[in-house]
Amino acid sequence: MNGLIGKKIGMTSVFTTAGKNVACTVVEALPNVVTQVKTKDTDGYFAVQMSYEGSSKEKNTTQQMQGHLSAAGIKSAQKIVEFRDSSLEKNVGDTVTIDDIFAEGDVVNAIGTSKGKGFQGVVKRHNFRGVGDATHGQHNRQRAPGSIGAASYPARVFKGMRMAGRTGGDRIKMKNLNVIKVMPEKNLLLIKGAIPGHKGSLVILEKF
Amino acid sequence: MNLLDYVNSELKKESRFPDFRPGDNIAVSYKIIEGAKERIQIFKGDVIQIKGAGLSKTFTVRKMSSGVGVERIFPMESPNIAEIKVLKRGRVRRAKLYYLRGLVGKKAKIREKKFTKK
Repeated sequence: MNGLIGKKIGMTSVFTTAGKNVACTVVEALPNVVTQVKTKDTDGYFAVQMSYEGSSKEKNTTQQMQGHLSAAGIKSAQKIVEFRDSSLEKNVGDTVTIDDIFAEGDVVNAIGTSKGKGFQGVVKRHNFRGVGDATHGQHNRQRAPGSIGAASYPARVFKGMRMAGRTGGDRIKMKNLNVIKVMPEKNLLLIKGAIPGHKGSLVILEKF
Repeated sequence: MNLLDYVNSELKKESRFPDFRPGDNIAVSYKIIEGAKERIQIFKGDVIQIKGAGLSKTFTVRKMSSGVGVERIFPMESPNIAEIKVLKRGRVRRAKLYYLRGLVGKKAKIREKKFTKK
């Protein structure tokens, strides 16, 4: 698996040659730096660790982390991600750019943190349909969860019962998205469809 | 420059069509793909609105087809538009000609722009 750490820029749309208008997300992936190469002998598995400097600052980086990153010649990292069984033949300190990995038509996975939505009811959170009608004398049952279990047996609510609560802000992986366009001159990628997260949030792109 | 603006400016192609405005009578040649075959259909009517900007700019063409009003929205950037011909320049006083929807016959006619030589 190869991959890069990028930043979500926003969304736009592209016309394909067939005339279809396709919505796509713009991701900026500045060159990532290889900070560690794990091998079967030393770590038991093979992986390439990559760092994205982003908006990180040296003064907010611990000395331990700075020591780890110094091998690659960088001072700080906003995010560090490991890609297992990478086919890239890179050494510590090398940079990995978009055109090293991605090409038009590739199928990729995108991992991001979804937008936080706060405390939400079951209709939004779990796609419940609510209880009852709007009319026929009913009131305040339209977005209600309904029954959450039986009565004296089991006399408790089962674990994992879907209820209202904090929604969003989860790590979400979108699988099998198409790369529509690669713009290496500005380190930009256009990916078909939506990617979780707000504008400016970090996105991990992986390609098998 | 904002990166999203950059992407949009890279994707946007030079306009292939003549300049037209709401009120103009135009003929749009639109490619229709039926299986493997491709043919061109001409939609002729008045432009009643031009909306949006950049890649998402669209225009609406309205025509009367055997007594029934038909409107079609075309994306300006669609590669399926083969050609646009301006047939008449209309004289109108607003940008969106929605009022035409309520009118039939002679009242729904748009006055033609007269160009005088100076």
